[in-house]
Amino acid sequence: MLEIKNLHVQLAEEDKQILKGVDLTVEPGKVHAIMGPNGSGKSTLSYVLSGREGYEVTEGSATLDGASLLDMDPEDRAAAGLFLAFQYPVEIPGVGNMTFLRTAVNAQRKARGQEEMSSTEFLKVVREKAKSLKIDADMLKRPVNVGFSGGEKKRNEILQMAMLEPKMCILDETDSGLDVDAMKLVADGVNALRDEGRGFLVITHYQRLLDHIKPDVVHIMANGRIIKTGGPDLALEVEKNGYADLKAEAV
Amino acid sequence: MALPQAKLDATEARLATLTLPEGGWSAAARRDALARLREMGLPGRRDEYWKWTRPDTLIQPEAPEAALLENSEGQIFSQFERLKIVFTDGVFDPEQSDDLEAEGVRIDRLADVQQQDIHWARDLYGKLEARGQSPVKRPLAALNTAFATDGVLIHVTGKPSKPICLTYHHRDTRSDAILHHVVKVDEGAEVTLLENGPAAARFNKCVELDIADTGKVHHIRAQGRDHERRAATHLFARLGAESVFKTFTLTMNGVMTRNEAVIEFTGDDAVGHVAGACVGDGDFHHDDTVFITHDAVGCESRQVFKKVLRNGATGVFQGKILVKEGAQKTDGYQISQSLLLDEDSQFLAKPELEIYADDVACSHGSTSGAIDEEALFYLRSRGVPYGEATDLLTLAFLAEAVQEVENEDLRELMVERLGNWLARRRS
Ligand SMILES: Nc1ncnc2c1ncn2[C@@H]1O[C@H](COP(=O)(O)OP(=O)(O)OP(=O)(O)O)[C@@H](O)[C@H]1O
Ligand SMILES: [Mg+2]
Repeated sequence: MLEIKNLHVQLAEEDKQILKGVDLTVEPGKVHAIMGPNGSGKSTLSYVLSGREGYEVTEGSATLDGASLLDMDPEDRAAAGLFLAFQYPVEIPGVGNMTFLRTAVNAQRKARGQEEMSSTEFLKVVREKAKSLKIDADMLKRPVNVGFSGGEKKRNEILQMAMLEPKMCILDETDSGLDVDAMKLVADGVNALRDEGRGFLVITHYQRLLDHIKPDVVHIMANGRIIKTGGPDLALEVEKNGYADLKAEAV
Repeated sequence: MALPQAKLDATEARLATLTLPEGGWSAAARRDALARLREMGLPGRRDEYWKWTRPDTLIQPEAPEAALLENSEGQIFSQFERLKIVFTDGVFDPEQSDDLEAEGVRIDRLADVQQQDIHWARDLYGKLEARGQSPVKRPLAALNTAFATDGVLIHVTGKPSKPICLTYHHRDTRSDAILHHVVKVDEGAEVTLLENGPAAARFNKCVELDIADTGKVHHIRAQGRDHERRAATHLFARLGAESVFKTFTLTMNGVMTRNEAVIEFTGDDAVGHVAGACVGDGDFHHDDTVFITHDAVGCESRQVFKKVLRNGATGVFQGKILVKEGAQKTDGYQISQSLLLDEDSQFLAKPELEIYADDVACSHGSTSGAIDEEALFYLRSRGVPYGEATDLLTLAFLAEAVQEVENEDLRELMVERLGNWLARRRS
């Protein structure tokens, strides 16, 4: 489904190489986790895949179901089924959360040639999904992420994901800043979306999230490369021993 | 002090095209206004108060030609129950207007009643304008008082059941209109005033608004959308104790718009809000000049101005809060912001505070910025296309000003029109 080959990325503004040949394939129905030290390039990978400006791809490719992502505008990548839950969700004063969600849902439907969702149906679906994430009506009315706590922002990301039903979900440290109960809510939200057709790439620093969202494959990223790939046990190993051994092994 | 020759010449050249109406109760006020005007002269490019807005086309003897606009959107307030008062190129249009009769209000047409010997408006006509000439001169308002050819005199005695709506049609590409309205609001009375339409090729309009204690006025104005129209408008308001005055202006397009609002708090615990949202591109030049005087205790003033400028458009804001000695517990807020959709556009702002009381809370801020790239990417990453995402963020920028419109239906209408304006420019 998501196929990343030999991806090299540098900053557009300065001559700094961040991704140095990433190879990664996520199959439909699978959950892949990426762990790795701070600054290793995990967020950069997720941004480059979703089309944020400021990066230059110097080599390699990334495709979603065969279509090259890197040539598309961000909105087209979204319409093609890619979703990124941001490490730092953006606040948008003046745009109501509800308006934002409805605009996004309908824009994607339109792009795919589907009919827009009626406002009654939309309301019904949002309320239901918000409820299961313990997002109250007030949060839906407020401007996007403005004044939300860290945990509320992360739950709001999952709500967006649930509404948009993407094919390929990338979660960048969705667990950081969450209390134990919120982590459970978020994990439940993700697990509810797991199905044969959908792939997940979960970036995290902690095993704890992976207790709830069981990964099929775990990758370790360091210094702009995937240095090791393994099963769920790899995450446990990192939790216990840190990255030092793995990095030494990779050199 | 003698006026510079150039100013003198410009003033006399303009005056030569105008005739001072004679007779009736307004004659004395008109003569006084003309004397005031001759003393100060029409604004010139050297005047500090006009440093960012060139008055040339507003004062030249003949109005510059202005093409008419086919308005496919229909009249902005047509969905609302309202008492219609229509002016076409500055002349009252009885065919299109309703009967000027309604519960709780008395309305006269200026041109109809000005020959009478007495009229209640005599105590107000030109009076608030004259007060508003100090400390800053407003010559175009004096010119208006002297030479206004028409207008309405509205005495609100109760709570009219529907808004009074002044609609200004523009049908003649060379029309030059001068209208003067007087609105007197009695104690406890309450009214909503609506104004809309481009009015004329050139429009000089003055409103004097006297609100007695506990009176309430909501004023919503939509200027536009003719591109070549020029307008200089003045609003002079006096606010009695515990009165409420909220005015909001939506402006779309126009090569030259100068809106001055001069508000004076004379009674304690009153509330006065002045807000504006404007959108323009290309030749668009829009100037909001506001002067608020706190001369009473415990009053709240609020100025919220937002301008969206693209394609080389210019926005100007000059806003002042003057808190006089003894005007304790004043709460004054002022914000002026522009969203520049490209690098050719510019926003010029001069926020000022002058405070002679010690127990007050006043704040002001002014910013100029571009679309927030982070927010734009966030929206696009959720599938919202670039154009739509930009519009959404632009409307969000305007929201704080539009929020000043209390009535929800009117507020939504403003958002809808702004959205349409943006959508028409989306490629
Ligand atoms: N726009 C940018 N400007 C300058 N440096 C950048 C930029 N984006 C990324 N970097 C640098 O690239 C490297 C990788 O950053 P990235 O955010 O991808 O790391 P990460 O693996 O997500 O780290 P963390 O675990 O802390 O979230 C870091 O050294 C970072 O400082
Ligand atoms: Mg990161």
